[in-house]
Amino acid sequence: MKKIVIILLALMSASAFSTDTLKFDTDAQRLQYQTLTEELRCPKCQNQNIADSNAPIAIDLRNEVHKMILEGRNEEQVVNFMVERYGNFVVYKPKFDTSTYLLWLGPALIAFLGFIIVVMTAKRKRASVSRTANKIELSQEEKQQLNNILSEDEKV
Amino acid sequence: MKRALLFLPLLIAAAIGVVLFWGLGNDPTKLESARIDDPVPAFSLPSLQDPTKLLSQEDIKGKVSLLNVWATWCPSCRVEHPYLLKIAREYGVPVIGLNYKDDRQAAKQWLLKLDNPYLFNIFDEKGRLGLDLGVYGAPETYIVDSNGIVRYRHVGVIDDRVWKTIIEPRVKQYSNEG
Repeated sequence: MKKIVIILLALMSASAFSTDTLKFDTDAQRLQYQTLTEELRCPKCQNQNIADSNAPIAIDLRNEVHKMILEGRNEEQVVNFMVERYGNFVVYKPKFDTSTYLLWLGPALIAFLGFIIVVMTAKRKRASVSRTANKIELSQEEKQQLNNILSEDEKV
Repeated sequence: MKRALLFLPLLIAAAIGVVLFWGLGNDPTKLESARIDDPVPAFSLPSLQDPTKLLSQEDIKGKVSLLNVWATWCPSCRVEHPYLLKIAREYGVPVIGLNYKDDRQAAKQWLLKLDNPYLFNIFDEKGRLGLDLGVYGAPETYIVDSNGIVRYRHVGVIDDRVWKTIIEPRVKQYSNEG
């Protein structure tokens, strides 16, 4: 019984060590592999990166990344290789170009627009307040009238 | 002017509604191929039927054809198979097979048993050409024009509806281009 449990545990842990079974020349390469497979999106199971996914295509792409790293290619080259074949879809952080600029600049643009609207509304409010303030200014005649009324009050 | 502005939120909501409604009809699992308008990637792979015969991207040129990615491990490919026979025989469009990450013996058996719609089959055991094309599953079908340029990719089974609404009009259009 104990043996079976140990074997089962060993089998279950196999997937956790999957990157450890891959051979790298240096630790830097292993690290590069780990970051890259976490940054690339699996085209088949779309909400997983290729490190997490066990879809056949994810396994192929992982092997390809591994191979390219051993060949000494840098991160950009690996990402370009994938984008060339699978499109911008495979990267969680797409490159800045004509088709993605809206995606990158959109949030900043909307925040800027909001800022402008807030400033404009505030200005308008201030202008309308000062306009009513101006209205309170009285002509000479009105002042005289007001004084008369006030002094009448005092008499009473 | 002020009154017109009051309708702005309604207009924005309507615009968002239209965009989202359009998005509902989109299938997020169908990705547009990154290879559209590129030539079929260079390859040198054996024919499925004859291991000594090497095929290359040049063999796909000449006529608008369908490059169909299939494998015996793919159940949807079996569903699609009779329709491919129909396309090749009744509609006269050449169908070229890309036998993707498959077992040669099993694939040959499949063609013997279910009949062979393919002009020839590229035997891509390691999935190398598949990777270069951006294949992420099977079946996938690429429309390749007479110059060997990838013009369209369909992900999933080709059936009557897909043929009539998507594939056939495009094949005709690309054929007319020369």
